[in-house]
Amino acid sequence: MLTVVILFLFFAIVLYFLLGGADFGAGIIELFTSDSNKTRTRKTSYQAIGPIWEANHMWLVIAVVILFVGFPTIYSQMSIYLHIPILIMLMGIIARGTAFSFRNYDAIKGQNTQKLYNHIFAYSSVVTPLFLGIIAGSAISGQIDFAANTFLSAYVFSWFNWFSIAVGFFTVTLCGFLASIYLIGEADNPTDITRFIKKAKALNIAAFVCGGLVFIAAEFQNIRLAHWIFGSAVGLTAVTAALVSLVLLWITINRGKKMIARVFAAFQVTMILLSVGYQHFPNFIVLKGGQNLSLLADHAPEKTIGDLGIALLIGSLFILPALFYLYYSFREKGKSEV
Amino acid sequence: MNDFIAARSQMALSLGFHIIYSCIGMVMPVFMAISHYKYIKTQNPVYKNITQAWSKGVAIFFATGAVSGTMLSFELGLLWPEFMKHAGPIFGMPFSLEGVAFFIEAIALGFFLYGWGKFNKWFHWATGVLVGVSGILSGILVVSANAWMNSPAGFDYINGQYLNIDPIKAMFNQAWLTEALHMTIAAFSATGFAVAGIHALMIYKKRNIEFHTRAFKIAIAFAAVAAILQPFSGDLSAKGAAIRQPAKSAAMEALFHTQAYAPLIIGGIPDTINKKVNYGIALPGMLSFLEHDNFKQEVKGLDAIPFKDQPPVGITHYAFQIMVITGMCMMLVGVLYFIALWKKRKWLFKGWFLKLFILSTPFGFIAVEAGWTVTEVGRQPWIIQGIMRTSEAVTPMPGIQYTFYLFSLVYFTLSVAVIFLLSRQIKMVPELYDR
Repeated sequence: MLTVVILFLFFAIVLYFLLGGADFGAGIIELFTSDSNKTRTRKTSYQAIGPIWEANHMWLVIAVVILFVGFPTIYSQMSIYLHIPILIMLMGIIARGTAFSFRNYDAIKGQNTQKLYNHIFAYSSVVTPLFLGIIAGSAISGQIDFAANTFLSAYVFSWFNWFSIAVGFFTVTLCGFLASIYLIGEADNPTDITRFIKKAKALNIAAFVCGGLVFIAAEFQNIRLAHWIFGSAVGLTAVTAALVSLVLLWITINRGKKMIARVFAAFQVTMILLSVGYQHFPNFIVLKGGQNLSLLADHAPEKTIGDLGIALLIGSLFILPALFYLYYSFREKGKSEV
Repeated sequence: MNDFIAARSQMALSLGFHIIYSCIGMVMPVFMAISHYKYIKTQNPVYKNITQAWSKGVAIFFATGAVSGTMLSFELGLLWPEFMKHAGPIFGMPFSLEGVAFFIEAIALGFFLYGWGKFNKWFHWATGVLVGVSGILSGILVVSANAWMNSPAGFDYINGQYLNIDPIKAMFNQAWLTEALHMTIAAFSATGFAVAGIHALMIYKKRNIEFHTRAFKIAIAFAAVAAILQPFSGDLSAKGAAIRQPAKSAAMEALFHTQAYAPLIIGGIPDTINKKVNYGIALPGMLSFLEHDNFKQEVKGLDAIPFKDQPPVGITHYAFQIMVITGMCMMLVGVLYFIALWKKRKWLFKGWFLKLFILSTPFGFIAVEAGWTVTEVGRQPWIIQGIMRTSEAVTPMPGIQYTFYLFSLVYFTLSVAVIFLLSRQIKMVPELYDR
């Protein structure tokens, strides 16, 4: 059952990255859109994410619940040493979620209030994935120090380091990239499609640059990232597959095959997560001094893991078909309206 | 402010904020489903307007409730890491299931809010019902986790170790049913009275009378029934607390001395130094009767509990009094409504009668907050009754007072924003729904 629970955890993280990430990306793109096009971008992204955004963010809740029920030591140590970035991420989540629904459900569409909602939505769409990335980076950066005895070394340098911050920016650019690929398929006129393709290209380059920065920062901080990724056949295959899919992605976009492009984009991000995750497994958190918190060692008692696994299996029987139908039907209904 | 008090205040604030949104998220979908059903059956457009107007309110509340709930799932760890480390595997079962229920609720809400005119009408209606059912289920599950803190079960505590963990037993602890019942009824009566009160105000102001009257009738029907049932469920809860948490029970009643023919003390100011209650009304024997169905039975007072294991008496007693008083008022208003409905229909159009409901608008939520205070403050100094102290659970990170200030600011801003948006929704009713 432990395997099932770990698979669900990975599954939830990947899906949150893909779906929640694309969702954050919609806000990121809005921030980097010229004023004249903002309204149209907003309309497209509202149609695209309106019905599904709440559901997209549930994957985070699922991942957190799996962590605190199944891996309580990991959850509580992360909560202690990464308190500050988690707090900032939470502020981002609350600002973003409320601003998004307030701007749609404010009965009077005043100019100033709408402007305020838009600003909050766009900026928090950057802050949230930035700090999600920082948290993820900090988990493997090896800067969390159980023996730290000053406030700075225990609660600040655990996450405020080049590597974590580089991972944060890499995450932001990936989210933007995912969203632009997604929105290409949602746009209903050639001008917007060209616009989103341009954005996708720019963000693709940005993601590449940030990815490079992550490697440089890793070298700088003696994090064996290159070894994790290129040191195993699986890691190497995953990275190669990601690169190949990137090339295929651009070919399919140029040929106008939007759905296939989405699959490639999702595949690429999954491969990135897999390549880091595989070699790193079963460790979840790398501590200063080379110790680790591991999914295989630091888990809850068998009975809890067993019950959690059953709950997740039964739950997914309800969730997955319903979720699939939600995506499917709003795609179809969206089409028929246009 | 020290870190421990700051952490407790932040948790209290976050839960106190979230509880309002969860109640509304549980109950409003049920109201919407009723008016939606009436619309499908009668084709009267007023019901469609009511459903849509309500659903916009629900979207605002649901989004706020969802993000504040997400925050709570992290805050448990941010503030109480030691608690979560041990309790997570034991009382995590209801949380995992709640995650599932919450997920289904979010999916169903997507269908419902964006599905007008796009689906078969009964399918669309059913998604609305599903929002309500999964919302209520989530509420019950979370309350069952809280009940475990009051009535720990499903493990053996041996030499500081949590052994033989059984999450299912933990979920179905002795307190879960009474607590879940009490909270669900409370959600219906609080939301019902709040919604009915707002519509009553609009009727009183003679705005869109048909719209508001029909909306009022749906809300008050649930609110009145819930308010009349609630004292019975409260009685069950109190009897349970008397057995499982005598300290909480004694603090609620401000009963300082263990005694037979224990009095029920109404109101009053507890004096913890001289161990007596000033200015209260004491009904001799009533407490013995309420807790044990017997006027003579001895009831444990605070003197039976070591001082270091006693909860704050003042707050617990006041909160309990406020809950009971507002609860009784709502029950009375509920009874009056049914009298009006059956015997005195002309009351329904009288100003004084409407004023009663306008006045009752906040009562339900005041009672919810007060009741929540009773259950949480009354359990202190324990985070897991009799097993782990709250002070042992708190995070080692210093400076929690600043995060508390930050959270206070965020919740204050959000509350203002939600009230602002809601008032704009209500203001727009004539323009959006008057034809």
